[in-house]
Amino acid sequence: MTEPTLFELSSPGRAGVTFPQPDVPHFDLPDESLLRDDLPLPELAEVDVVRHYMALSRYNYSVDSGFYPLGSCTMKYNPKVNEDACRLPGFLFTHPLQPIETVQGNLLLMYQMQEWLKEISGFAAVTLQPAAGAHGEFTGVLMMRAYHKARGDHKRVKMLIPDAAHGTNPASAGMLGMTVKVIPSDSRGNVDLDALRAECDETVVGMMLTNPNTLGLFDEHIEEVIKLVRDCGGLMYGDGANLNALLGIVRPGDLGFDVMHFNLHKTFAVPHGGGGPGSGPVGVSQRLADFLPSPLVGIVEEADGETPPLYGFITPKHSIGRMKAFHGHFGGGLVRAYTYIAMHGADGLKDVSQYAVLNANYLAARLRNTFKIPFDRICMHEFVMEGRVEGSDVRALDISKRLMDYNFHPPTNYFPLIVREALMIEPTETENKNTLDAFAEALLKIAEEAKTDPELVKTAPHTTPFGRMDEVKAARELVLCCWLPEGYDSNQ
Amino acid sequence: MTYIPISPTEREAMLKTIGVESLEALFEAVPARYRFPKLNLPPALTEMEAASLLTEIAASNENTRGDLVSFLGAGMYNHYIPSVVDHILRRGEFYTAYTPYQPEISQGTLQAIFEYQSLMAALTGMELSNASHYDGATAAAESVNMAFANFRGKRRKVVISPTVHPQYRETIRTYTQGMELTLVGDDATADLQAAPEALIPWIDLDTALVIVQYPDFFGRIFDYTRLIDAAHAQGALVCVVANPIALALFKTPGAMGADIVVGEGQPLGIPMWFGGPSLGFFTTRKQYVHKMAGRLVGETVDSRGQRGYVLTLTAREQHIKREKATSNICTNQGLLALASAVYLATVGKTGLKQVANLCYQKAHYAAEELSKIPGVGLCFPQPFFHEFAVCFPKPVAEINEHLLEYGILGGYDLGQDYPALKDHALIAVTEMNSRDEIDLLVEVVKEALS
Repeated sequence: MTEPTLFELSSPGRAGVTFPQPDVPHFDLPDESLLRDDLPLPELAEVDVVRHYMALSRYNYSVDSGFYPLGSCTMKYNPKVNEDACRLPGFLFTHPLQPIETVQGNLLLMYQMQEWLKEISGFAAVTLQPAAGAHGEFTGVLMMRAYHKARGDHKRVKMLIPDAAHGTNPASAGMLGMTVKVIPSDSRGNVDLDALRAECDETVVGMMLTNPNTLGLFDEHIEEVIKLVRDCGGLMYGDGANLNALLGIVRPGDLGFDVMHFNLHKTFAVPHGGGGPGSGPVGVSQRLADFLPSPLVGIVEEADGETPPLYGFITPKHSIGRMKAFHGHFGGGLVRAYTYIAMHGADGLKDVSQYAVLNANYLAARLRNTFKIPFDRICMHEFVMEGRVEGSDVRALDISKRLMDYNFHPPTNYFPLIVREALMIEPTETENKNTLDAFAEALLKIAEEAKTDPELVKTAPHTTPFGRMDEVKAARELVLCCWLPEGYDSNQ
Repeated sequence: MTYIPISPTEREAMLKTIGVESLEALFEAVPARYRFPKLNLPPALTEMEAASLLTEIAASNENTRGDLVSFLGAGMYNHYIPSVVDHILRRGEFYTAYTPYQPEISQGTLQAIFEYQSLMAALTGMELSNASHYDGATAAAESVNMAFANFRGKRRKVVISPTVHPQYRETIRTYTQGMELTLVGDDATADLQAAPEALIPWIDLDTALVIVQYPDFFGRIFDYTRLIDAAHAQGALVCVVANPIALALFKTPGAMGADIVVGEGQPLGIPMWFGGPSLGFFTTRKQYVHKMAGRLVGETVDSRGQRGYVLTLTAREQHIKREKATSNICTNQGLLALASAVYLATVGKTGLKQVANLCYQKAHYAAEELSKIPGVGLCFPQPFFHEFAVCFPKPVAEINEHLLEYGILGGYDLGQDYPALKDHALIAVTEMNSRDEIDLLVEVVKEALS
């Protein structure tokens, strides 16, 4: 039941959308040596294209099709009104280099978004430029580096990162040539304070901490952790991947974090788009504000009586520079997130986090007698359990695949690395109790199957359009492209 | 409670199962003095009110489909987007899925990316493509990371043409500030009239990468073959930043011998959206695949013998290699890669050539008509695609202000980035500009100068 590729579907002479003839006099193309002689693209009619992508869409699982408890990814429901908002012509068809007087709507929206994110997080300033969480993280680490450098403090080369951290944290530090020092977790899933204390010296750039961490736990000594890092002259980086637990609950800026990236595609319901685009604004404390990427949006002329303020671009004094072309993921990111925040307000956002945490704890409560939860205390918006069953050799991967037969998307597998056979489950606040119960019951049933019929679980999935893929073959043969079939004659 | 589907009764039952009294009791690990801050945000709107607010905000912009006629480009272009593109993007199965970690239930996304990779390789004349980067500028910056990794950090120089987009050069400088490498070739005194071969003296055995743009920032088409040969003679790699629409007509960077071709995919069916999100494409040759950053989809078979696709060579990526990874990137621009693939599939070979030819013809008509105005001239004699630099006898800002009164968005003021090009504007013309609009542009420029 596989769908042919676009190239296999191609038929010489077929065309989809075509364009008018030129309405200007003819100009010769430059010398032939500057031209290409072939253009090996597929030739299809519009209906071919639509049926092709409809066929592909049916092979996908998505939030719109069902429960997607992928830990650390916050796969919440994506409200439909946001889709309409970001497609308003005033947003879609504005050029990033238009005179500011012609794009005051866009700039107002960006300015308010900066203000709202400051208020939600407790930071002094926010940049909207970074394109994704990892990009925001890189932005943050660049600012931390620039801050120390600007003070003439050149010996700081060491970044402290807990063992439960996302892989992007060490990669971001590595991109700047920093040394990564891994800090272990203690028996309650907190940062091990003694281990941290031993590393805190005058070579510390800072610490990159996800809080709640990737075990879904809020660090019980967060204030001591931050104090230790700051006392040795380090800066505190907060990975905002798990901010969905904290809206209206606590502001990272109040806790003493210096910098944090937001994932608008997680916390503020921007759809994940099959892997992007995301949007990763960054908030900073006062001491990093001058290092933000440029430009920011500011008021360049104050309001005067009836005249509203004029919004424009401003450059921070010691800006690290530009992180990408233009102003960030405006349309697909900021407009959707703005609509979402506008519809929630302070109380609505607090509800989001409270119910996200309620749902996670409820699921954990329903599962803890069957699956081991290694750091078992009240969790935040997600929890991690061991995906194995006493007396069976079924693994977390098998359980994940078997969940597909029950029409659920599996949790995140094998992360964080500090939990054996980890299954990281994040239900989000947009799931109802029936769905959570059905998911829990499916997992309990699979635990039974693991003992009574382990082969059934190990060979799953059985009901999906595709079975397990041969990943070794893919990596060994490296077929990364397809082309028009051999002998395809486009002049036919 | 807008999108929260839990009733108070259900909530109480769930709290009971958990064994806590209230929602607030779930947060005792949070330091009490910071717990439950009062956020100062505007009161929540209903959907109806939000829709109306957003409509009002959007309407207070002047857009290039109803309010303004645009001759502005400089890295982002006003092209026609066939209706079918957004109809496909609006499928919840595509836009509400995440990265295809579970291939059994993600073949839609995986095959779509595989086809995107194939289309981009075909368009650029290269052997393979990754699943995309954030935008053209960051894709260009990733080419530096890749070249640096390719030489294990032993070559410490990057030669960059002054006619690469200024914001791309700025982004590359931001990205590389921790890397102990030098960027040369684009200082303010560089001769902008010079042929690409003028970069050759900069290239030596310490050079990891040479970066040029095609068409360059001023819209010019050069054959970079000689420059690329000279770079290869020193063992250096070459990255060409390309406009994908131009590649329908002009010799591919692949045919010139480029090692990496990157660029901004926005012209391929993606709205300008005030600058983003857009699409950074990245293509290269097979021999560099292990050094390339970004997601990659490969073909394989499943346990039932069916052809299928998976994310492959993931050992290059941050979640495995951690601080030793070439890049920290962990997503791609999935939905916009899909948009460009739907666009390319729909317009196909014929349509893309038509678009490119329309851009070329109309831009040349505009250039010819504008240069008939006394005091106005083309800056550069070389062939160009759909963008060209003109000099005016007056500041560009003044002319653009006058144009705006007639609803015309004038060209990009090149003096902002190139002191030598004071009073020069970069004019972009696409298939969206009618002859009448071009004639109006010419008339109003005349009037502004009189």
